[in-house]
Amino acid sequence: MAHHEQPGRRGFLAKVLAVTCGGLAVLVPVGAGVWAFLDPLRRRGAGSRLIPVTELAAIPDDGVPRRFAVIAERKDAWTGHAAEPIGAVWLRREQGSGAVQALSATCPHAGCSVDMAPGGGCFRCPCHNSQFTFSGAIVPPSPSPRAMDELECQVGKDGAVAVHWQKFRAGVAAKVAQS
Amino acid sequence: MSSSSGRSTGKGPLGRLADFFDDRTGYRALVHEALFERVPGGARWRYVWGSTLVFAFLTQVITGLFLWANYAPSAQTAWESVYFIQHQMTGGWLLRGIHHVMAQMMVVLLALHLLQVVIDGAYRAPREVNFWLGLVLMMLVLGMALTGYLLPWDQKGYWATIVATNLAGIVPFVGPSLQQLVVGGPDYGHHTLTRFFALHAGFLPATLVLLLVLHLALFRKHGLHAKQPLRKPDAMFWPDQVLKDAVAMLAVMAVVLGVILVPAVRTMLAGGQVEWGDLGAELGAPADPSESYAAARPEWYFLFLFQFLKVFEGWGATGEFLGAIVVPGLIMGVMFLMPIIGRWNLGHRFNVAFTLGIVAGAGLLTALALNEDYCSLWIDKASLADAATLHAETGGDPGKIAAALGGDPAKIATMRRKLAKLEAYRNSAAFLAASRQAEVEAARAVQLAGRPERIPPTGALDLVRRDPQTRGPRLFGLLEGKDCASCHAHVDPQAAGAADALAGTSAANLHGFGTAAWVRGLLDPKRVAGPEYFGNTAHKDGDMVQYVRDEMADPEKWKPAEIEAVAVALAAEAGLADASATPQQIEQGRALIASDERCGSCHNFRDNGTGLGTAPDLTGWGGREWLAGIIANPAHERFYGDRNDRMPAFEKLLSAEQIGLLADWLRGDWYRPSSTRPSP
Repeated sequence: MAHHEQPGRRGFLAKVLAVTCGGLAVLVPVGAGVWAFLDPLRRRGAGSRLIPVTELAAIPDDGVPRRFAVIAERKDAWTGHAAEPIGAVWLRREQGSGAVQALSATCPHAGCSVDMAPGGGCFRCPCHNSQFTFSGAIVPPSPSPRAMDELECQVGKDGAVAVHWQKFRAGVAAKVAQS
Repeated sequence: MSSSSGRSTGKGPLGRLADFFDDRTGYRALVHEALFERVPGGARWRYVWGSTLVFAFLTQVITGLFLWANYAPSAQTAWESVYFIQHQMTGGWLLRGIHHVMAQMMVVLLALHLLQVVIDGAYRAPREVNFWLGLVLMMLVLGMALTGYLLPWDQKGYWATIVATNLAGIVPFVGPSLQQLVVGGPDYGHHTLTRFFALHAGFLPATLVLLLVLHLALFRKHGLHAKQPLRKPDAMFWPDQVLKDAVAMLAVMAVVLGVILVPAVRTMLAGGQVEWGDLGAELGAPADPSESYAAARPEWYFLFLFQFLKVFEGWGATGEFLGAIVVPGLIMGVMFLMPIIGRWNLGHRFNVAFTLGIVAGAGLLTALALNEDYCSLWIDKASLADAATLHAETGGDPGKIAAALGGDPAKIATMRRKLAKLEAYRNSAAFLAASRQAEVEAARAVQLAGRPERIPPTGALDLVRRDPQTRGPRLFGLLEGKDCASCHAHVDPQAAGAADALAGTSAANLHGFGTAAWVRGLLDPKRVAGPEYFGNTAHKDGDMVQYVRDEMADPEKWKPAEIEAVAVALAAEAGLADASATPQQIEQGRALIASDERCGSCHNFRDNGTGLGTAPDLTGWGGREWLAGIIANPAHERFYGDRNDRMPAFEKLLSAEQIGLLADWLRGDWYRPSSTRPSP
């Protein structure tokens, strides 16, 4: 068998060239793929939006929060939805008060949807049992690192209730708005 | 290459790590096995084709997986997600371009690999099984090409797939069931896409990988089939042949990138701005079962099959069965028998001649197909003028043609050839026109999908169908001169050839309807009874024409500024007033229109009290609602009442949505992108 490894520099050069050429050739599809794969990193959310949610009359002034869907324009990659539920808020009004407290229904712990505790009296997240008072404060022991996220709420002269809808990072102690 | 533990002394951490893994996997032996294959007679360029094919497949797997990460197979999302990849995602055009061009490259490389194997006689014992595996691999690759063509769900892929699946349907006994299984039901839709996608990205490549592993294993078992005579001493696969393979792979990739990027370089050199989304793979308009698509063609590497079917034209279903199934089946059968046939020296020559013949035949058929489609580009139309005249005069009747040529056999034969050429010219011109139209519609679909509000959840086809710019001319019958266009012209009066276009009409020219310019023409004593307005209608001697000619021609009665004010006010009514129109001018015009001493003597306008029935109501004149109303029923008392001249009530022929589209198109009311990119 005429087996002989390429001796010396010529063999080394051939190896380097082979690896370089092959590597470059494979790098092109990988590079194009990764380039496109990273596209989501440059996309930004809708940010803070003032969205009309309901009428003041629809929130009884009994201090018990009521849940309302937040309906707004939503863009999902290529699709544009004119009006779609994009989340939910808990709105609460004390007796005789015209002011409305708005809490995002998104749990600050891991992003599940916070619900009323089965017995009432407080909020409870069905995923990991975080509990919050009606004003959004943590009821220990709860895995949530922070209180429920309060949203700025506006009540118009005509009684229209609108919230500054905003998403916040889950799982961290600070309330950091998502861009 | 066996290693033992405790050998690590004197080695760096990397060496020790390598030893650790080698001890537990024996990878060094595997690598050695893979790389140190003997290449009899030394490395040669003619051995690179198999490796480039593996590389091409690897490229398809890589780019395909990344495309998969962004593709959504359904009738409402396939085109849309591909649009998003191509036009919105960074580098999406490059990713899709590589996948698209490499797919074509793979077909070329397959042909080269097959040719090399047959010519070198590499299918002979003991390599028969590997040759058969190769043929199956080839069919799998072609199957992936066929299934991939549909996935963007654009007009091109959709119609090509309809043809391909209908051909599958003519297989005896199982055909219809086979077709229904592949299509995923009786109609083309979601399941056609999910099934084609599963075939394209799952079943076919998985089978291919399996067979490719066997193919490569058998290749290594038998060793490389060296081309005799051996020119050089034996060499090792690594690095000699690997280097040649790697250079060939890089060359293949360079060609692919070249195909994608050359148009961009050209644009740059011409000083233009490159639209990256237009590079690489094209994306047609969304698949629309309701729109005929005269530009339907398979991908170029299937053109020969497409053309081959034409050989059996006139044989009906039998011909298609022969052309699409029997003959290709026989050819594949012969190819499978090649290792047996090739046992004899003459047999090998037959195999080579057969393969070359198939390649040449496919080449010839492809050339014929291209010639049929593009011949109008090089046929001299002027030389066919006499044939065109004769054809128009005789209606193509052979008896009449013979009579017109005085029965001279030589002349008849020449004319017959010319008539055939004329037909070829016309077919080609129609195909090219359809292709251009397809490009325009594709560009418009992309433009619409790029609106800030994006694509509605109902999909891009819905968007395209509601687009006045592209649907308006069709509903109007503009190209064919039917429907609205059978009476109305829609031609810029300043354009070349406008006079000819206007001469054959029997109703007003609706180009620019609703604008002040259109009204100025109407109120021009010299034009009102011309073909642009009432000249070819029953109203040519009517009250309006008389009024414009008698009253409005008299500057004592109608000052030019007043006529202008009326034109501007009517355009404002239509919502199409020029930017230069002032509120005072519009107010003045409205007062003149309402006045019972001016227009208001016949026309109702807002609350001027004239009432309906004497002349068209000018309230909201030229607006969407007004236009839709007159299209729906021109004989309504709000419009022409019983003086309506021949125009049908289109509410009986068109849907309210279609009438609305026509109104929008006539008013020029459609989406225009704010970017500087010219509209198609």
